Amino acid sequence: MFSDPERGVVIPAVVSVPSVRNEAELRGVVGALSGVDQVGAESRVAKLSTRSLKTSTKRRAIDLAISMVDLTTLEGADTPGRVSSLCVKAMRPDPSNDEVPSVAAVCVYPDLVASARRYLEGSSVAVASVATAFPSGRASMAVKLLDVTEAVDAGADEIDMVIDRGAFLAGRWGQVFDEIVAVKAACGPAHLKVILETGELVTYDNVKRASWIAMLAGADFIKTSTGKVGVNATLPVALVMLEAARDFAEQTGQLVGVKVAGGIRTTKDALKYLVVVNETAGAAWLSPEYFRFGASSLLNDLLMQRLKQRTGTYVRPDEFSGD
Amino acid sequence: MTDDALRSDLGGLDYDPAPESAALARLRPSYGLFVDGEFTAPEAHQQFASINPATEETLATVAQASSLDVDAAVASARRAYDKVWRKTSGAERAKYLYRIARLIQERARELAVVETLDNGKPIRETRDIDVPLAAAYFFYYAGWADKLDYAGFGPNPAPVGVAGQIIPWNFPLLMAAWKLAPALAAGNTCVLKPAETTPLSALALAEILQQAGLPEGVVNIVTGDGDVGAALVAHPGVDKIAFTGSTEVGRLIQERLAGRSTRLTLELGGKGANIVFDDAPIDEVIEGIIDGIFFNQGHVCCAGSRLLVQESVADEVLRRLLRRVDQLRVGDPMDKNTDVGAINSAAQLARITELTDAGEREGAVRYQAACALPSKGYWFAPTVFADVAQSHRIAREEIFGPVLSVLTFRTPEEAVAKANNSNYGLACGVWSEKGSRTLWVAQRLRAGVIWANTYNKFDPSSPFGGVRESGFGREGGRHGLEAYLNV
Repeated sequence: MFSDPERGVVIPAVVSVPSVRNEAELRGVVGALSGVDQVGAESRVAKLSTRSLKTSTKRRAIDLAISMVDLTTLEGADTPGRVSSLCVKAMRPDPSNDEVPSVAAVCVYPDLVASARRYLEGSSVAVASVATAFPSGRASMAVKLLDVTEAVDAGADEIDMVIDRGAFLAGRWGQVFDEIVAVKAACGPAHLKVILETGELVTYDNVKRASWIAMLAGADFIKTSTGKVGVNATLPVALVMLEAARDFAEQTGQLVGVKVAGGIRTTKDALKYLVVVNETAGAAWLSPEYFRFGASSLLNDLLMQRLKQRTGTYVRPDEFSGD
Repeated sequence: MTDDALRSDLGGLDYDPAPESAALARLRPSYGLFVDGEFTAPEAHQQFASINPATEETLATVAQASSLDVDAAVASARRAYDKVWRKTSGAERAKYLYRIARLIQERARELAVVETLDNGKPIRETRDIDVPLAAAYFFYYAGWADKLDYAGFGPNPAPVGVAGQIIPWNFPLLMAAWKLAPALAAGNTCVLKPAETTPLSALALAEILQQAGLPEGVVNIVTGDGDVGAALVAHPGVDKIAFTGSTEVGRLIQERLAGRSTRLTLELGGKGANIVFDDAPIDEVIEGIIDGIFFNQGHVCCAGSRLLVQESVADEVLRRLLRRVDQLRVGDPMDKNTDVGAINSAAQLARITELTDAGEREGAVRYQAACALPSKGYWFAPTVFADVAQSHRIAREEIFGPVLSVLTFRTPEEAVAKANNSNYGLACGVWSEKGSRTLWVAQRLRAGVIWANTYNKFDPSSPFGGVRESGFGREGGRHGLEAYLNV
C-alpha cells in the first residue's frame, strides 16, 4: 500500500514476517504487557547508579563505550567538510594512540550519507542516517519512504527512523506498526533503528508499549530519542527499554539492540548506562552490535577519562580535536 | 538463543573490588561505658570483644556493664532529668537535636564504615540508608521539640522521665536514633543498651553527643550482654522501657514489668507477607521482593519473608525472581558493589541453617544463589523456597535471614486469609496496579505497616510498629511521641 513507483518508492518483499498479523493481535500482545511502576523503576536505576567501577573494569568499560558511540551531527549547518572531519575522528578517535577503538558509526542527515560513505570507505565505521522526516516524522508515508530509500541508495548501513508519536498517542498502534514494517522493508539490507522519542511518550508504560510495537514490527534497534526535544535519554527509560529487549529475546529468540541518544555527555553518565545494560539485559547486549550511544561531545570525555586511567592526570580539553 | 546466554549474569562486566577504607572508622582499641557524659571504665573492669562478622577479627573491646553500672547510668539519667533536661525549653532541646543530626551528617562516612565493620551489612546500605535515615530522625524530632502542645495530646504534655531503651543488632545506629530522638525531643533522659554484637556505632554516637555539648547524663550508654538489658528492665528508677528485638525476649520483659507502673513499648518479630497480584508491574515486583527479603541480609523485623503470589503468575514471577537472585553480589560488606553482606553472628547463622534445613525436610523446594562465599566469617547464600505450605515452619517462624518462602493464592480473600494466618503482624506489601483492590486488601490485613507497590521504605514522619506478637506502640511520626509523653 505504500509503494509509489512514480516517485521512486518501491517496497521490496518483506524479509522477516513479524508474528503479529493484524491490529487485534498487536493489541493482544502489547495491551497485555504488565505496567511499569514509575517510583520502582526510578529507584532501581538510582540504586544501580551507585555501582563503583574501578581500575580494569573502568578501563574496559570506557573502551567499550567508545566502540558503542554513534558519532552524530544533525544540524542545519552541516556541510561535507564537517562530516569529513567527523569521519576522521570516528575512525581514529585518538590519533596519538592506535589502541583506542573506532566508534560504531557516524550518524548524519540523508543528504550527507554519500559524503560520509566516501570518507569511511574501507573502515569498520558504519554510516547511519536519520530518515522518515526526522525529527518530527510529520510527512506523508511516501515522503518518509523516499527519505529512507535515498539514504540506503547513497550507502547508509543503518537507518534511524522516527515513529509517528501522534498516531501512538492517539491509540493508532496499528499505524505505528505498519509504518515500521514498511520502513524496515524499504531499508533492505540496512539495519533499522526505531526512535521512540520517549520524551514525547512521557510515561514508562508508553515507552514499554512502543518498544514492543517496534520490536514486533521488525526493528533491529530501539532508540530513545532524536535529541531534538526537551527530554532525551534518561536512565529509567533505558531500563524499561532494556527490560523490554530482554523479555522480547526470551520470547522470540531475537536480540534487538538499544540505543540511547541525546544529553549523554560524560563518561560518568555513559558508565551508568553500561551498568544498567549489564545488570538488566546482560552480557549479550554489552557490544556495539546491541547497544549504542548517540552522542557527539561524549567521545572526547571518554578519551580524556581513558587517558586519565592510564596516566593518572587529566589533560587539557584542547588535547583532543573538537570533532 | 539458549537460556544460558540470556541469563543476565554479570559476566559481561565484572566489577573490580571497590572497597571503602576501614581506617575511616577511627575505632579506639577499647571503649568504656558512656555515663554522665564521659566514657568510664566499668565497675568490674570487664571487657568483651566486638568482632567483624565478615572476617571474625576483633574490632575493639567494649565494656561489660554490671548491675552497679546500670544503677550509675540510671542515677545519672535521673539527675540530668531533674536538674537540667526537664527545665530545658523545647526550643533549646531542639537545638541539641539539630546539632546531633548535623554531626551525624558530617561524620556520615565514618559512621557508615563503623556500622558495616561491626554489623556485616553492605557499605552501600549503611551509606545510603542507615546513616542518612538516622540523621533524618533527629532532624524530624528536633522539629517537634518546641511544638509538643500541638501534637494532639493536649496542652503541656509532660515527659515520662527516665527511659530505658534496648535496641537490636540489625540497624544499630538507626535504632538508636529511633529511640533517642523522640525521647529527647519530648524531654526525657535515656539509658541506651545497644546489642551485644553491635555496640560500636552507638559508642561513636556517644562521641557525637559529647561533640554536640549535650548536657551530661541526658543520654547514657551501657554495653554488654542480655544481663545488662535485664538489669535495666528490673531497675525501679526507670519510668519507661522501649524494646526492639525478638518476640521471645519481649514477652519476658512484659512479664517482668507486670504490676509495675513502668511504661512499655515493644517492637518485636514479624513474618511479613508480600502479596503479588497478577496485574502487578512485574519488573518492579521482582525488585520489591528482593528489597523485601535480601535488604540487610533479611535481618529485618518487617522483612517480606513470605511471598504470596497469585497462582496464575507464580511461575513467571518465580522464574524472574530466581534469575535476579543469582545476580545478587554477595561478599565483602566493605565493597561498594556488594548487595548482600555477612550474617551478624555465628548464633544467627546457626538459627538460619537450622530453619532452612527444616524447610527442606518438610518438603519445600530449595533454590540457593550460585555465589561463592568467603571462607572466613558468617555467610549464608540468598535462598528461595518454593512449594511452601502454610504449615511449614519456614512459613510460620521468623528466620531473620536471607531466606524467602514462596506460597501461592487464587483470590484476594485467600491472599488476606493466608497473610493474616500468622502470630505476627508487623508489615505487609501489596502489589497491584488496581488501587481499589490494594485498598480492599490493605483494610483487611492485620499488620501495623502496609506498603503498596514498594517494600521496606522508612520515613521519620511515618509511624512504625506492629500488632499481635509483633508488639505494641509506634515509633516515628507524631505517634512516636506518645510513648515518651505522659498523655
